[in-house]
Amino acid sequence: MDSRVIVITSGKGGVGKTTTTSNLSVALARGGHRVVAVDADIGLRNLDVVMGLENRVVYNFIDVLEGNCRLNQALVRDKRVDNLFLLPAAQTRTKDAVSSEQMEELCNLLRQEFEYILIDSPAGIESGFRNAAVGADEALVIATPEVPAVRDADRIIGLLESMGKAPIRLIVNRLRAQMVRDGEMLDVSDVLDILAIELIGVVPEDDSVVKSANRGEPLTFSDVSPAALAFQRIAMRLTGKEVPFPKLDEENGRGLFAGIRKLFGMKN
Amino acid sequence: MDFLKKFFSSSGSKSRAKERLQIVLIHDRADISPEMLDNLRQDMIAVITRYMDIDTSKIEMDFDRADRSVAFVANIPVIRIKRGVAAAREGERG
Repeated sequence: MDSRVIVITSGKGGVGKTTTTSNLSVALARGGHRVVAVDADIGLRNLDVVMGLENRVVYNFIDVLEGNCRLNQALVRDKRVDNLFLLPAAQTRTKDAVSSEQMEELCNLLRQEFEYILIDSPAGIESGFRNAAVGADEALVIATPEVPAVRDADRIIGLLESMGKAPIRLIVNRLRAQMVRDGEMLDVSDVLDILAIELIGVVPEDDSVVKSANRGEPLTFSDVSPAALAFQRIAMRLTGKEVPFPKLDEENGRGLFAGIRKLFGMKN
Repeated sequence: MDFLKKFFSSSGSKSRAKERLQIVLIHDRADISPEMLDNLRQDMIAVITRYMDIDTSKIEMDFDRADRSVAFVANIPVIRIKRGVAAAREGERG
């Protein structure tokens, strides 16, 4: 199978790596691809709860590497869509429980089964990040339009480049259109000026993200919120489709979609 | 003063964010390895000694961050300017 291993990373914590991993995994699976979302955050796993699969976790990928179970036993199948699996991290172990050789081995094992292998990286630039990235071909870097997040993204991009990952593409997350219009928030073009890498998507700030994480239902299952649509577009661009970038107002749900939803009396 | 600046400035905090990022990143990215800095030092010495004798034991090199820019500052004590360097260079060109 022609597989792609993609690490989702940011340097800074709390900017949306897990949200992005879960939403892109669901969107890709709904597009008919065979997908596994790997939680590489050993000791601080969260992808299981964000995806709503925490009650079905039995084994984790360290169990696979240590021979306590087979890969198929550790994979949690998402029953809501065909071809979507979660490979959880161990919660009661530390980052030193695996070596980079083992992580490469794990990725090669997954390549035999899956088309898209999305790896949710832990925050930071230490071994946890390196292990998450080592087996990946390409990378998605998440940054919010804020000084600390952009600074950390720059550092991470340097490290990913030195590890030979390509392409390295940027997702600008939690953009607030009104603040950008007021000149009180960095715009996408500012972030691109500074980081000088390819943009793959812009996700607007959206309350639905918190709500979906509360429920354990990734937005891309059914939602038409601005963030859900943004993640769907990113998933399509990942598969190589050309999807135009909407204008700021449309990203934020004030454009065409907001108009339609208003027409049908839906809540914004 | 800051209050007035805020009131009359055409752009909000975003432009400050961008400026600050650009500067901090020059500094972050300039966090080059000791090997690279040593290579730079050797290259500079090679070029400069064509023109003058310098005290290589007292060279100081560092990145200096001012308010809006970053400068690479090298302090190189000169012992003696070589005689006739300018004339020799003129001769080469001619």
